[in-house]
Formats: sequence, structure tokens, C-alpha cells
Amino acid sequence: MKPIEVSSPQAGVGAVSLIHTDDSAEHILQFSGAWVQGSAIAVPVGELIAEFDSAQNPRRILLQTRDLAGWDSRLPTYLIKIVDWCQTRGIEVDASGLPEGVQGLLKLARAVSERAGARRSAQTVPVLAKVGKAVLAGLGDAKGLVCFVGETLLASAALLRGKARFRLADLLLCIQEAGPDALPIASLISLLVGLILAFVGAVQLAQFGAQIFIADLVGLGMAREMGALMTAIIMSGRTGAAYAAKLGSMSVNSEIDALKTMGISPMEFLVLPRVLALIAMMPLLTLYANLMGIVGGAVVTVSVFDVSLVQYYNQTLRAVHVPDFAIGLGKSVVFAVLIATAGCMRGMQCGRSASAVGEAATAAVVNSIVYIVVADALITLICNRFGV
Amino acid sequence: MATPHITVKDLTMAYGDFVIQRGLSFTIDRGDVFIIMGGSGCGKSTLLKHLIGLQQPAKGEVFYEAQNFWRTDADERELIMRRIGVLYQSSALFSSLTLSENIALPLAEFTRLGRAEIQDIVSYKLALVGLAGFEDYYPSEISGGMQKRAGLARAMAMDPEMLFFDEPSAGLDPVSARLLDDLIISLRDTLGTTIVVVTHELASIFAIGNNSVFLDPETKTMLATGDPKVLLAESQDPKIIQFLTRGEGRGK
Repeated sequence: MKPIEVSSPQAGVGAVSLIHTDDSAEHILQFSGAWVQGSAIAVPVGELIAEFDSAQNPRRILLQTRDLAGWDSRLPTYLIKIVDWCQTRGIEVDASGLPEGVQGLLKLARAVSERAGARRSAQTVPVLAKVGKAVLAGLGDAKGLVCFVGETLLASAALLRGKARFRLADLLLCIQEAGPDALPIASLISLLVGLILAFVGAVQLAQFGAQIFIADLVGLGMAREMGALMTAIIMSGRTGAAYAAKLGSMSVNSEIDALKTMGISPMEFLVLPRVLALIAMMPLLTLYANLMGIVGGAVVTVSVFDVSLVQYYNQTLRAVHVPDFAIGLGKSVVFAVLIATAGCMRGMQCGRSASAVGEAATAAVVNSIVYIVVADALITLICNRFGV
Repeated sequence: MATPHITVKDLTMAYGDFVIQRGLSFTIDRGDVFIIMGGSGCGKSTLLKHLIGLQQPAKGEVFYEAQNFWRTDADERELIMRRIGVLYQSSALFSSLTLSENIALPLAEFTRLGRAEIQDIVSYKLALVGLAGFEDYYPSEISGGMQKRAGLARAMAMDPEMLFFDEPSAGLDPVSARLLDDLIISLRDTLGTTIVVVTHELASIFAIGNNSVFLDPETKTMLATGDPKVLLAESQDPKIIQFLTRGEGRGK
């Protein structure tokens, strides 16, 4: 066996040398130099063990130090690898030549043996297993959704029977958060959407000198579609995420458990007021968004396209009728239910960690936007079929 | 004569396929201070969850007096749960409500008391735990020890027959922990409340407990049940002796 030797310990290098004794089955490992974070280790532990492996099997290894300039966790981690390897080979290790501190740490690290089955294996998962896991997770998600919808319906039934327990103050607070507090952003977005609609339409309509029909386009577009859709997108990012985060952090802090053990249903106490608040506020916000959108359209049309305000007003009256508004408002109620359900569901299903709260909020927004767009497409299709 | 208050029969607890504890059988008598003890990760808090209705047993039964807690219908179970109070490890106070609103919540929901009467009860409960005058503070504005005591005040709001404590002295200084122990004993003595405590504080175990169960994480079952002082004096099991003497053995 080729002896591993480092003649003189250099500064900033942790050296290890192998010394043969008279007894051929006994080896001494001598550590010297600086064994600290940042210093180079002359022989990586893997190489050292490979060296031992290839050579004749020693029966006994003595661990010693000479001129050790300093040590920290670097030395014990190196030693633990050697000791572990020796244990699997049934080689006796004598650590009495090490500094007392190192001996103590080695003992401490071995004091509590690894709990069987505690280590998570990092083995690569086969593709099929990944697919299977994803399908099972999807099924679990679907089951969670069905359960949650069922529980919400039960809570609503309790509400209709007048038996639901929640505080009026909570409902009013939720209404304030979902309604008046959302006005500034709803104003800005819907005004700009009306403006954009007017510009996009004007480019085409002006070619035929039909600028007056911008009023039709903006009015119908906002009332039937964009008012409800944009409000829903705003509310899912604003309120849906807030619901998920609030309920999620309550779950992390055991507050939801506390409600349950008090005999108060969290579905009634936490979820119902939020769903009700959104259902009450979304149509109003949508109506407001419709108005702001039409105002935005008017600003563009009157200032750029040579149409008077009165003409625009009259044209809007002629084009947009109550059924158009009704479709938008109907959609907004559906969207409200979807946003509140996605937000509250993700919050109630939240795991018990800070990152789980973030994931819950993200999932709430993603889910509600998907639900909203799918539902919108379906409703538009149905309205088209029935010629409404 | 002691009458059984909670009886656990052959309980198995599991998360999915992963069994935490199996074959748990013990009885908690009325007026007991019952300690659930064992090393970290042995399922003490999980056992508590099974007793207070947060997690369903994989197998076995929990009886409250003669009622089978998990076999009875949800409304009955809710009635039983209304007779218990729980102090969570994290206090679990509602962070959006003041202390007084926290304690008033169950009173307002389940009793026909007027607002003034509820306020009186709230002040009385807060005074009992040494927090008189803190009615209008939010949980985030008071210290951890105070939150714990406020949590206890909320747990006691409905004058429950049974109180459950999940690691009550965790995060408390020794003096506060001692005061909490004294409070637990005086609750039992004055109101006859049955008390169940999850803890591994030896000082508390011997100071307050008169009955206990010892869970072992390795064999995944209970090793013994009974008065912890008797267990210390008579048990032959090295794990129990080691636990109850901080690993020093009975000789010392």
C-alpha cells in the first residue's frame, strides 16, 4: 500500500498521514495542519477510504493528531465518515489520540442512533410513479373540492334555516373589504378597459365613418362581458388571495382547530360571511365597472373622434338594454361564488407552514382565474345558443 | 369513588398507512389530572387530537362517560365538544379579535347571556389568569406567556367539565410554568374539572399528575398507565425509569 504522506503541514491545509506500525494489521491516521472551514484538505475522505479498501484489511486504526493548527466541524465530519466505514467493516477504532473536544463531539454525534425509517431516501422516482402520484394528487384535489362544496352547501342550508353561527361584525367587515375598499382599483381598471375598447373599435369603425358605433361596442362589451370579467379578475387577485392567506394563517396558528373544538363550524363562522360578502358586492362592483367603462369610451370618442357627448349618450341608450346588464350581473354572481369558493377552499386546506400559506394564496388565484374563464366561456356559449 | 370520565379502548392512530401508536387503552377518572407523556415524536399531541375530536381514530374507541365519541352523530359530538376546553400549544387565540372578544365568542354563540353579563364573565376569567385590565388588547400585543394565560381563560370560558392542555409550559419561564401548574391544581380542586395535560416537563408531571399514560415511539404503543409517582417507584421498564429520572436511573 502506498503511504499517503504530506511531508510538512502547510498553512491553510488540513493534512492526514498514514503511518504503519510494527503490527501489520494496525494503522495510525495522523491529522495535522489546519482543519477549518476554508482550508484545503490534502486527501478527500473518499480517496482515503478507497485507499483503505483496495489495500489489505486493517483490523485496528488509531486516530491521532500532531501539530494541529486548529479545527472546527471540518475534522469531526471527516472522522465520522472514517468511523462509519470502519464500523461497517468491523474494524476497531481507537480515538484516544484525538483532542478531548473532538472525542466528545464524536461521541455526541453517535449518542442518539438514527431512527429507523426516519431518513427520506433521495432515490430517483420512476416516471410511471410520478404520473401515478400526479393522478392521485389530482383525485385528492377533486375530492377536496367536492367535500368543500358539499360543506359549503350544508352551511348555506344552515343559514337558510337561521341556524348558522357567524358574527354580523365579521360579515360587515368582509363586505367593506370586498366592496368599498375595492372601488379605486375597479375604477382605474374599468376606465382604462373602456378606453382601450374604444380605441380598438375606432380603428376599424373610422374606416367606414361609423365612429358613432363605438358607443355600441363599448356599451355592449362592458355590460355583457368586460365589466364582469375584469371585476372578477381584480377580485380574485385582491380578495380571493386575501381569503386564502387569512384562513391559511389561521390554520397554521391552530385557530381553526380552536373553533372546531369550541363547537363552532369554521365553514359557517369563516367561510359563509366571505362567500356572502362577495356575492353581495360583486354585482354592485360590476355595475360600477360598466359605468366607468362607458365613461372611458366616451372620453376617447368625444375627444378624438368628433362625436358629441349627447350623441354618444343617445347611441349608448339605443344599443344597450336591460338584458345586456342582466347577463353581466348574472355572470358576476357566478364569478363571486367561484372566487370565494377557490379562496376559502385553499385557505381551509392549507398546510401547517409559512410556505403553505403562500402556496394557498397562489393556488387560490390560479384556480379562480381558471374557473372564471371557463365559466365565462360556458355562459357566453349558452347565451349565444338561446339568442339572449 | 372515582367514576370514569374518558375511556380509551384499543385505539390505533395513523396518518394514512403510517401507524403512530396502536393498542392504547386507558381510563381517565373524573377529577383526574391526567398526563400524556413520552419522548418527542411519540404521538402525544396526536392522541390529544383524537380525544378532542380533531382527528378520527384509525381503529378503536373513545368514550365520554357512556357515549362513544366517534360513533355518535356529528350533532351529539358537537355537544360533547362544547363541554371541553382546549389550551393549544400556540394558544390559538383569534388574532383579529381582542382578548375580551376571544373569550366572549363561545359565550355569545352558545348562551343567552346579555352583553353586560358576558363582559362580567370575561373580566372574571381574565382576572383568574392574572390578566385583569387586558380586555382590549390584541393577542399580538401581549407576551407569549400572557397569550398562553389568555388562551386558558378562553378555554375556561364555558366552565367546561374537561380541560385539555397541549404542552402548557412550553416557552414559559420556570416561575410562570409553576404558576400555571398551581392554577391547574386549583381548577381541579375548586371546580372538580377533569384535566388532561400533554407534557414532558418532569417537574410538572410530578407536581400535578395523579394519573398518566406513557407512550413509546419505538414500539409504537403505550408502556404503562397510572400515577406517575407510582410509576417512578415501581415500574420495571427501563425506558420509563430513564424518562422519569432524566436518564439518571432510580439509584440517585
